[in-house]
This record gives sequence, structure tokens and C-alpha cells, in this order.
Amino acid sequence: MPELTKRERMKMDRTAMPMRHASERATDFDEVNSGYTMEMAMTEASRCLECKRPVCVDGCPVGIRIKDFIELVAVGDTSGAASVILEDNALPAVCGRVCPQESQCEEACVLGKKGRPIAIGHLERFVADEERRRGLRHAAAVAPSSGKSVAVIGSGPAGLACAGDLIQMGHKVTVFEALHELGGVLAYGIPEFRLPKEIVRSEISGLADQGVVFETDVLIGSGTTLANLMEEDGFDAVFVGTGAGLPRFPGIEGEDLIGVLSANEFLTRVNLMSANLSDSQTPVYDVAGRPVVVIGGGNTAVDAARVALRLGAQPVSMLYRRSEEEMPARNEEIEHAREEGVQIRLLVAPVTFNGDDGWLSSVTIQEMELGEPDDQGRARPVPIEGAFATIPTDVAIVAIGNAPNPVLIRSTPDLATTPWGTVETDPETGATSLEGVFAGGDIATGGATVILALAAGRTAAAAIDQWLR
Amino acid sequence: MTPRFTIHETIEVGPDIARLVVDAPRVARHARAGQFVIVRPSGDSERIPLTICDSNPDSGTITLVVQAIGGTTTQINAMQAGDALSDVLGPLGLPTEIERFGTCVVVAGGVGAAIVLPVAKALAEAGNRVIGIIGARDADHLILVDEMDEVCDEVFLTTEDGSAGVQGFVTDALASVVDSHDVDRVLTAGPIPMMRAVADVTRAYELPTIASLNPIMVDGTGMCGGCRVTVGGETLFACIDGPEFDAHIVDFVSLQKRNEAYHTFEACRLRDTREELDA
Repeated sequence: MPELTKRERMKMDRTAMPMRHASERATDFDEVNSGYTMEMAMTEASRCLECKRPVCVDGCPVGIRIKDFIELVAVGDTSGAASVILEDNALPAVCGRVCPQESQCEEACVLGKKGRPIAIGHLERFVADEERRRGLRHAAAVAPSSGKSVAVIGSGPAGLACAGDLIQMGHKVTVFEALHELGGVLAYGIPEFRLPKEIVRSEISGLADQGVVFETDVLIGSGTTLANLMEEDGFDAVFVGTGAGLPRFPGIEGEDLIGVLSANEFLTRVNLMSANLSDSQTPVYDVAGRPVVVIGGGNTAVDAARVALRLGAQPVSMLYRRSEEEMPARNEEIEHAREEGVQIRLLVAPVTFNGDDGWLSSVTIQEMELGEPDDQGRARPVPIEGAFATIPTDVAIVAIGNAPNPVLIRSTPDLATTPWGTVETDPETGATSLEGVFAGGDIATGGATVILALAAGRTAAAAIDQWLR
Repeated sequence: MTPRFTIHETIEVGPDIARLVVDAPRVARHARAGQFVIVRPSGDSERIPLTICDSNPDSGTITLVVQAIGGTTTQINAMQAGDALSDVLGPLGLPTEIERFGTCVVVAGGVGAAIVLPVAKALAEAGNRVIGIIGARDADHLILVDEMDEVCDEVFLTTEDGSAGVQGFVTDALASVVDSHDVDRVLTAGPIPMMRAVADVTRAYELPTIASLNPIMVDGTGMCGGCRVTVGGETLFACIDGPEFDAHIVDFVSLQKRNEAYHTFEACRLRDTREELDA
């Protein structure tokens, strides 16, 4: 490709991500986006202005050298690009798919001012997919053995990122996972059509190849305690990345009816236990041809709505108590959900779940209006007096967030926590109130994103390395 | 990966009821009375909760008592010594509160005996006088009687058909024990209607009563909320807040109903599993 002038680059359109048509994809669990071809990736990469001071990097929580990897993609060197990315991110195929790029790197991109930022996420995904497709593995260099060992509790994004960095630093790392499958929210939470499990497994096996030991079926804090890990099992340091796995319920009448369930439960049954398959041994409510209501406006709510749609539910409505502007879900997911037929009802909140002999039959909702901003600056929803409506439905999926999982905290009395039940940490290092114990991800911040958890895992890994030496 | 959860021994202790001794060193090292494990017999199985009936830290084994009432339990009971379970996660749940209460009565129906046995043992070790009441539909379904005899000061048996012990229900035996003894605490495990009836008996005496609940569970770690139960008007998770709760304020009607959520699916799975095993 001939060298393009800056003006030519600025004129080019952003290369669209090829995706399957909504009517086709809404009936199966295969991936929505099919990914760039090499030609598309090179074209998209060639739009990069190669800024002297690449502000996109500031927008990336883990500081990937974005400009450098994009330059390599522009000349077709995906292996070189993969090596650059892996220095800072052990899970590029995952992050390329699930990061909210529009509020991070791509928001910072200079071309974004014209509404056409470089598709950094799509390129990151392309690089990782291309290398995997070609069977190539890029293990970053491993430092000489330190003789120290670290226990990582939880195999979600925070734990994996922490483990990936620690192993490169020359420490022995064992990751403990409570479930039978590795990946935490990547395994039980994010559905196949957005993040194929094969990709999660492949990125995790990359870590195993580098020497990270994984142990499933171990819930630290119930039985084996954090103290046991340090005192009996001889770990020199511990990273706590147990996530925000305790679903909240609205606390309204009728939430014990059959048909009311958390998005975690619904998604776990389908994603982790394959309840969507006809020969699955784990059941899920039969929603084919029946209405489903999802309560919430985050990525989990959108995921649950789209899974319900794929199980044949009709219609699927999301109920969100604020306006679209406040919806925490990624823009792309909201768009995809709408294209597939998910109805989004804004400014409504459930008031009661109504039942018939123990089974859910309808949800009564109340209309809301936006009031004063809350302490996070988001407009507070205020109920409109007397404005009620009833929606007939057999299934209501609750996706209003998660509280920190209390199992480890309860069994570690000396570990200081915040009034919100999260583990108290130094944000600069992830250090907790206990010597040698670090924490990061949703257990420290409350429910956030995959990439922020990765960043916290990396921060803690650096601090653990320092502390061990 | 080498299977970690090998079955050492499996013995039929009643009709469709097996007692298994399973390798699970991490569980065995830390298990306490009242706790349970989540088990998957094979790589494509659902996750089901089973009470830890006994544990031996020295041999690294735990004992499970399984009644084949569904597809997965039928599959487990068809397994032989030398086979391995795919996953055993635990110990889960809060252990039973064990103190020197004085005189305690443990009341079990059917395989509930496997749940109250370790509790009776722990209560006895803590210096309590322990009275056991075990009921079942007939003599064949009365399990762990010798083991209960060993740890309890007295054991009363009831059967619905009178084929063993006294004909009648555990609540009849409980009422007479409460009338004739100075009872300080009751713990019950078994079918939901039975636990509810036990709670009704002791409520009149204002006798502290604990029920070990058995709701549908998926992960067992607090993550899904499928096992939520209503206790004193509050929504609690049996996996991490229980499985034992104050029986006088448990909403047993809701619990019973919620356990019916997947009845149709479960009936099909049981039929399919039986057909597969017969083939």
C-alpha cells in the first residue's frame, strides 16, 4: 500500500466490522461480529495518524502501546503486533471484544473528534484471532525464577491479568477457582455470541503454557482460608480477585416467585451449564414463544435479554429506570440488541412481581422521571405518582448489579473492608490491610468492567513483585 | 488431569440410597457439621448440593449419602468404587452452630438422617445430651440407625407403616419427647412438609429450632441467588447464609413451591437416565 498523506488518512472512513444479519444471529449462539479480514485490518490500521504523543494509550487502562501495534498491523505484521499487545494485556482476544473502547482508547483517539476514531478494539481482536488461527503462541519472556510463590484467588479477568504478569516476573503462580470452569465472569457471565468460550480457554491455556497452575473446585474462604494459604500452603503473597458475585434483588413483593431470577443465574445456566442445548442436564425456564422482562440497563442486562431472545422468547423487554443516556451498557451491545428485536423501555421501575400459585404472571411497573444527580453524578430516577402499568410475563430476569461476594471476607476477619462491603485497597498498589495480601477488580471497586479488572490485576502484580523482592 | 475425586466405596444402605466414600482431601481437611458440597458426577453434569455426612482428614475422604431421586443422583448411585466424580466443591455453607446447649433433639425424615448425623455427633462431642428421632415411610427407608445409636443418648424410630419403631410420624415422637424431657434445642432435616410440621410442634413451646434447607442450587457460592429462601420476611441465600435457618420464621410454603420450578424437566431427565443405565 502506498504511503498515505495525513489528509488522505483523515478522509478515509472507519472500516465497518462485518457482522451477521440480526435476523440470522438472533436465533443462534454463534458470534455476532465475524471479525476483520487481513485487508480490512491493514486498511483500518493505515488510517492511524501515528501521533507523536499517542493519547489513545492514556485512554487504555492497561496502557497497551496502541500506536506501535497498529503500525505493525498496517504492514501486515500481526505477530509483531501480538507481541506488543501481550506485553500489557494477556487477554487481547477477550478485550478486543468486550472492552468499552468508545469511552477509553477510541474516545481519546484524535480522529474521534470527527466521529471516526481508529477501530482499536476491532484491530486488537483481529491480531489475537489471526495469531490463534495460525496456531501461533506468543509467550512473553519469563524472568529468572524468584523462588517465591503467589496464590491468586479467582480466575476472572483480575486474577488472570495478575497471574500473567507474575509468571513473567519469575514467580510461581497458582490460581484457585471455585467453579469447574476457568474464567470467572468470562465463563459464566458473558454469552457465547459476544465472547466464544473457545477464545477464553485459548487465552487461559496460553497462561498455563507459561507455567501458571490452575486449580478448579476450590472456594477460598469456605474450608481453606486465606490464612491457610499463607501459613500451611506456604504462599508468600496472595492476590484476591473474587469479583462481585452476589446478585442484588430489588427487595419488592413477589421476588420469590418461580420465574423471577437473577441474570447471574440465567446466564450461568446457559453460558456455564449449556442449558440452551437440547441434551443439557441443567434446566432453564422454557421461554420459547413467551414474554421475558429484564430489569436493568447494564451489559449484564443486555446479555440476558439477548440470550432470552436466542432461546426463543417473544417479546423481550428491558426495563431501565433512567434514560438511555445513563445506560451503563456498551453502545454497540445496545445497538445490537435493538437490531435483534429487544425492546428497551426507559424510565420505568418494577414495583411488584405478581403471581399465580407461586409462578410469576406479571410485573407491575411505575414510570419514573429524572431528578437531581446522585453522588456519582447520574440523574436520580424519581417515581411519578400514580403512573403504574402491568406487563404480563412468565419470566423476569433481575440485572440490577452485584454486591461483593462475602465468602472470603467473612472468613478473613482482619481484612479491612469499606462500608460497601468491598475490600479496602490502596488504589496505587492494590495492597490491603493484611501484609502480603493484595486485591483488585470488582471485589475492590464494586461491579465494573473486564478491562478495569485487568488493570487492577496488573497494578497488584507490580506491587506484589516489589513486595516479594 | 488425573481424577481427584475417586470413589473408594459405595454401599447400598436403602432402596435407591447409596453411601459413598470419596477422595476429597481439601474438603475433608476443613469440613464441619452442617456443611455441604456441590458435586458433578461427569463433565457435562448439572451441579447438585449434597450434605457432607462424615469427613476424615487423615484419609482425605468424605462420606456422602445419595438418594436417587433425579437424573444426576441416579447417575451417581450407578457409579462404582474406582470411578471418579468430575467435581466436588466444598465445604460450603455455614457450619452448624455448636455449643453446649443442654439437651438437643435432632429430627430427621428419610435421607435427612445423613444431614443430622454429623450434627448429632458434634453436639454430643460438645457435651450435649442428644436425642435422635428418625422417621421414614417403612423399615427399609430408615437409614443410619446404628450410626445414630452410637452418637445419641437415645434414638426413637417412627415409620408410617409401622414396620419398624413406632407407627406414625416424627412429629408424634417429637411431641412426646418435648413433653417428657427438658429440651433446649431442636434441629431438623428432611422433606419440607416434615420440617414445617416440626417447626409447628416446637413453636408452641418456644423451643429454638433449626431447619437445614434444601433449595435448588447452581453454583453454591452465592453467585446466582437461585437458592434464595425467605426467612423472617428477608431474602437470604441458603448456600452462603445457610443452609440452616430458624425454622420458626422460614417460609416453607415458598420453599416447597420454588423446588417445583423444574419438575417437568427433572422427570424427563430421570426417565432418560434410567433408560441409558438400563441400555
